[in-house]
Amino acid sequence: MDQMFVNIKAALVGLSDKVFPDWVGVLVSIAVSIVAIALLGPLIMMYLTLIERKVVARMQNRIGPNRVGKYGLLQPLADGVKMLIKEDIVPRNADKVLHLLAPILIVAPALLVFAVLPFGRNMTAVDLNVGILFFAAISSIGTIGIFMAAWGSNNKFSVLGGMRSVAQMISYEIPMVMSVVPVLLAVGSLSTNAIVEAQADWHWFVFTPWGFLGCVIFFLCGVAECNRSPFDLAEAESEIIAGFHTEYSGMKFALFYMAEFMSAFTISGMTTTLFLGGWQGPLLPSWLWFFLKTYGLIFIMLWFRATLPRLRVDQLMALAWKFLLPLSLVNIVATCIWHFLSDEAFFTPAAFLVPLALLVFSYWGLMKLNQPYMPEKRVYPLVD
Amino acid sequence: MTLDEVKRHIEKHLPGVALKPVRESLLVENPLDLPRVVEFLKADGVLQLNYLSSVTGVDYLTFLECVYHLYSMENKTYSLQLRVRVDRENPHVPSLVPIFRGAEFQEREAYDMYGFQFDGHPDLRRILMWDGYVGYPMRKDYKQEDSEVLDRDDIEWLQKHGVSVAEEHIKMAESLQTGGESEQPESEQTEG
Amino acid sequence: MFEKMRVKTKVIDSGKSGLDTQTLEVNVGPQHPSTHGVFRMTIVLDGEVVKSLRPVMGYLHRNHEQIAENITYSASMPYTDRLDYFNSMSNNQAWAMTVEQLAEVEIPDRAEYIRVIMSELTRLVNHVSVIGFLLNDMGAFFTPTLFAFREREKVLDVFEAVSGSRMMCNYLRFGGVNRDLTDDQLGQIKKIVADFPAFLDEFETLLAQNEIVCMRCQNVGVLPAELAINASITGPMLRASGVNYDIRKVDQYSVYDRFEFKIPLGEKGDVYDRYYVRMLEMRESLKILNQALEQIEPGPFMAPKVPACLKNPRNFKPPVGEAYGRVEAPKGELGFYVVSDGSKEPWRYHVRAPSFINLTVLEAMCIGYKLADAIVILGSIDIVLGEVDR
Repeated sequence: MDQMFVNIKAALVGLSDKVFPDWVGVLVSIAVSIVAIALLGPLIMMYLTLIERKVVARMQNRIGPNRVGKYGLLQPLADGVKMLIKEDIVPRNADKVLHLLAPILIVAPALLVFAVLPFGRNMTAVDLNVGILFFAAISSIGTIGIFMAAWGSNNKFSVLGGMRSVAQMISYEIPMVMSVVPVLLAVGSLSTNAIVEAQADWHWFVFTPWGFLGCVIFFLCGVAECNRSPFDLAEAESEIIAGFHTEYSGMKFALFYMAEFMSAFTISGMTTTLFLGGWQGPLLPSWLWFFLKTYGLIFIMLWFRATLPRLRVDQLMALAWKFLLPLSLVNIVATCIWHFLSDEAFFTPAAFLVPLALLVFSYWGLMKLNQPYMPEKRVYPLVD
Repeated sequence: MTLDEVKRHIEKHLPGVALKPVRESLLVENPLDLPRVVEFLKADGVLQLNYLSSVTGVDYLTFLECVYHLYSMENKTYSLQLRVRVDRENPHVPSLVPIFRGAEFQEREAYDMYGFQFDGHPDLRRILMWDGYVGYPMRKDYKQEDSEVLDRDDIEWLQKHGVSVAEEHIKMAESLQTGGESEQPESEQTEG
Repeated sequence: MFEKMRVKTKVIDSGKSGLDTQTLEVNVGPQHPSTHGVFRMTIVLDGEVVKSLRPVMGYLHRNHEQIAENITYSASMPYTDRLDYFNSMSNNQAWAMTVEQLAEVEIPDRAEYIRVIMSELTRLVNHVSVIGFLLNDMGAFFTPTLFAFREREKVLDVFEAVSGSRMMCNYLRFGGVNRDLTDDQLGQIKKIVADFPAFLDEFETLLAQNEIVCMRCQNVGVLPAELAINASITGPMLRASGVNYDIRKVDQYSVYDRFEFKIPLGEKGDVYDRYYVRMLEMRESLKILNQALEQIEPGPFMAPKVPACLKNPRNFKPPVGEAYGRVEAPKGELGFYVVSDGSKEPWRYHVRAPSFINLTVLEAMCIGYKLADAIVILGSIDIVLGEVDR
């Protein structure tokens, strides 16, 4: 049960070995992986749109789509058909090459990260031994795509949205990568598979003080990277219509949409890999554990979207540079302390309490330093 | 304070200003006196009429009138209504914007609708109608468009189907086509 | 959406660094999800900072004042519904009060109580929706708006039961109201008033304890008290700047002198204060409603003795004269100025619209803040285009 998909793939390769020469077997094995990812990505994205609409609707005291198919299960197909048959309008003065290239440059990196996610035991599509580096590098390419979309649309609001988005994405990359460093210190390898295997026996990194903080920082920065609420000012609907993808319609818009949801999935997937123990867990098959944890984090993202208003651009930057970045640097120090103080057992008290004290102190200190942004208490007199 | 007392209070402090009680308001006979009166009323320790509630224009056929309602934030019971009369060809009224900023949009609306020229207004443009509009809609002699007027497309359709159209309709369609103007020789105002 | 970008960029010398910078002139509106109607702002931006702002209105101008000069006084009543189409009962009350002043009509007690109940329910509807719209403007994707609309639906059900229509009620008449309130409907209103405080407590935590809302609303769009008085600002905007002026207490029109309620004042006059003042005003409205529901007694709902001119409302010819009647509408001071020449149509009919005049200070409040703030500040002024353009 656990190795179901691995066995299926091995059977397919064996089939081709019987008929074709050896080198075809290699190609078949690669092809099976590619097809699986290429089908999985869009499928996940489609049903994620439906899940988002249902969950957000439930939080708003209404039911989501329930007309197309039972419980709205065929809604993504209807949406897909709608997007495909829409007219593709390109503004007259737009830069055609940039306008065409931008959606591709945004979707491709989002899909590429699926290759290094460990979906289960022995189920990583490509087991690179620099997996985390690959993830960090590829997810930065999306920034260029967004700016190309904004510039190529020949629309002032788009350019505003694009610039905001580029500033935001660059600022949030740094704390994101910094918060991964503690994990690398603890594991000693960049490979995603190795990181998950180091978290066996409930030694999930989220149960340590530095892991918990790292998880929170990584998740928040990841949400900012995906341009989702509350960091979605690049597409702030109520202010600048749709920001960088205002002038897109039809399939190109669908590609932007796809990229956003696929990034949401990959960020959640990465967080579970790095901090929540990946596919580790008792009883259930490993890939089921992975999906459960990932969808739990996605639910939290949807929860953010339905409840929190949006930050203003300068407050967003301040959050990244003045709060998250120092905190992630202190986190690295705390990890080193933990590493030196801990001996054989995972949960040694001294190794827990000293980093915990350091982190709590630095959190409190940073809150105090960022005082101008703290809400004030007001008094309202009632007069006759 | 009754209206007569207010009138005497103002006349005592501002010599040379002619006021006349009209119904329940004070008419400032010389429009150029208006800023002085209003400024005095605002700064006066007794009346303290520092809240300008409304600025309107009214068309009385032989003259135009501009009506101001003043209230006081401190003495909650005091209020005063002022009027200024100007004639239709030359409706110049000094603007109250330097004294009360709240008059800014209301004076623009009075200009837009009646044609008052407020001297000293920082930005006197049309506010509700579009910038190139000709005419002052709320005046009593403004001819409204007849709902049975034909425009060019209607005339073409009728002529294509062999219906002859009177010359005046064709001329009116041409004049309507050249932006904003509504000039109608003979048409009744429609009953509401 | 596509016509938004008519561009005029100017090159100005920024002076400080010697660099040639360009300012960007942007049209926000008239089609825009957050401008509360067809309203346009021409903003000159330097980066993200607003350098100047010009409001452009008139897209919804229906020349209501001239229409009223051609129809009878009673026929104007449905048109007043459409002025501030969110709060139709308050508009009706202002117009009815003005004409009753002109014709000197006495209104029975029960009708006055019904009018007060309807006005305060309208105030609840308006304030709760405005707070929902604020949170929507800030990007909370409709969730608080739908919570607010849940309560609004209950009140609109009452309006429908009483007058036949949810929003454009056309319920008040000169001398009273159109129909009496049955006991069932009073029971419905009592239930709404009993359930509302719990909802308000829940809603208040959305404002007061949400750090993002506080960060975005506090110290943004400050309006000093002297500027507010000078610019003829009225309503919650004025009271949030600390000035104690509420027409219900000043003029004590209708039966407001029989109720005990207080006026909340803000201290700083920023966006946060304006919303919090509206929240507190809702609580005061609930107090007034409770008292009115206790004090109301059976009686005539239309004036039994009317002056001769009002015997036939369709042919109502008031005496020659003029009147200016004003009420505390949820948006500010709504005034009607009517001049009568003795015939059945008014000679002059003017609406003193609060939203129109409150927009005077929009530019003064937005300069120096960012584009995102300009949207939030516009939302806090609480405009309705039906009133601004008439």
